[in-house]
Amino acid sequence: MSVPEELYYTAEHEWVAISDATARVGITDYAQRALGDVVYVTAPAQGTRVTAGDPCGEVESTKSVSDIYCPADGEVTEVNPEIDEDPGLVNSDPYGAGWIFKIKLDASDQVPPGLLSAAEYTALTADEE
Amino acid sequence: MHSGLGATMTDFAGWMMPLRYGSETAEHKAVRNAAGLFDLSHMGELIIEGGGAAAALDYALLADASAIKPGRARYTMICAPDGGVIDDLIVYRLTETSYLVVANAANTAVVAAELADRVSGRGATMTDRTDSYALIAIQGPRSAAILAGLTSADLDAVRYYASYDATVAGAQALLARTGYTGEDGFEIFVSPDEAVPVWAALTEAGSADGLVPAGLAARDSLRLEAGMPLYGNELSRDMTPFEAGLGRVVKLDKPGDFVGRAALAERAAAGPTRDLVGLVGHTRRVPRHGYTVLWDGEACGTVTSGAPSPTLGKPIAMAYLTPAAAAAARSDSGEDGGRLYVDIRGSAEPAGMVPLPFYKRPARD
Repeated sequence: MSVPEELYYTAEHEWVAISDATARVGITDYAQRALGDVVYVTAPAQGTRVTAGDPCGEVESTKSVSDIYCPADGEVTEVNPEIDEDPGLVNSDPYGAGWIFKIKLDASDQVPPGLLSAAEYTALTADEE
Repeated sequence: MHSGLGATMTDFAGWMMPLRYGSETAEHKAVRNAAGLFDLSHMGELIIEGGGAAAALDYALLADASAIKPGRARYTMICAPDGGVIDDLIVYRLTETSYLVVANAANTAVVAAELADRVSGRGATMTDRTDSYALIAIQGPRSAAILAGLTSADLDAVRYYASYDATVAGAQALLARTGYTGEDGFEIFVSPDEAVPVWAALTEAGSADGLVPAGLAARDSLRLEAGMPLYGNELSRDMTPFEAGLGRVVKLDKPGDFVGRAALAERAAAGPTRDLVGLVGHTRRVPRHGYTVLWDGEACGTVTSGAPSPTLGKPIAMAYLTPAAAAAARSDSGEDGGRLYVDIRGSAEPAGMVPLPFYKRPARD
């Protein structure tokens, strides 16, 4: 299972890449494996105000549906345009082409509180397995 | 993501079972187009034997067990006295005086107890042999070609719902032309210590034909496309076979009494209280087990199984509707101005009703 060092994570299995006060969000390799083949992703619309910890979208797989939880406070600036046509990108490249949306962070000068490091997330998923 | 992560649980009725090997969608398509290999060793195998076995099973099950010829099998059910379904089963007549009953894993203990009770005093005994059998299924249009090189049986002579004693990859096996995918295929009962070599031999023999190992996730989407009921979803103690559209398994014309006869005869005359129907979703959101079906904005039924259909490329579901709603929905296309919807987590999504099954395999050449 892949857990890139440079990313931050939530306990609900989202990953967050932060650069220039913008957070790019997707679901982790662990999550996509657990869900199985993703068939549909609902992301928050561009311009939506989002709050850390709130459900803001859904990932639907062959077997189940899971909420996407927002990892930080901010405003949605972009939704991955590829993912509607090819939701399988979430499975094939969860940290790359399978990203889901971007948030302009309210607190631009710090890492949003409550996020996990790669080591912490790895420990969390080890406990769940 | 927590709720969805539960879906990876591979503890199935106390058995650790493969949910998927790689992509369940790829596994599903391999079974439709080539072949898939399933480990079904969790299924329960119950042996009923003795001079009175045929008559005892006539009493215990819905099937006319006496009329099954040795070497043939039937899909049947075991019902409670009130007609409620305890389990759906395949019963194989092995010899004049012995039968193999294959039960769902989660129900094996209760079916074994019921059968032991029902056959006692009728010249037959029930033995739970679940731990003596491994069950491997090979399913898909290439199944016969792959298996032919590994078995002593003449597969052209093994008809649908027939079983043969044969060797498979050198192992003694009971080979049956049965399945739960809507494709041609075989189920192979072998001793557990032969299961691994038989699995390996089938995998090797089938690799050039596109055979892949397939898990419970693909098995579920395959059976749903084929319109086959799953116990716990479409079938339960709360309903008779008539609600599930399976009145044909109730052999009311067989001689003698059987458990549930009076209640089932009454239901046959009165008609079902609910209708099991097929739904196709007109958006990409998927109706799931337990979701409410709406007709003209009013609740009219409940989804029992739903999944994105790999073959149709859209969501499909089975649902129980009130007979009135089912009759009305049958003539509603649902495309525009349709009145049939499924409440998918608070949002009414349009759906249409279609005849079951969703998928029928092409006729063989």
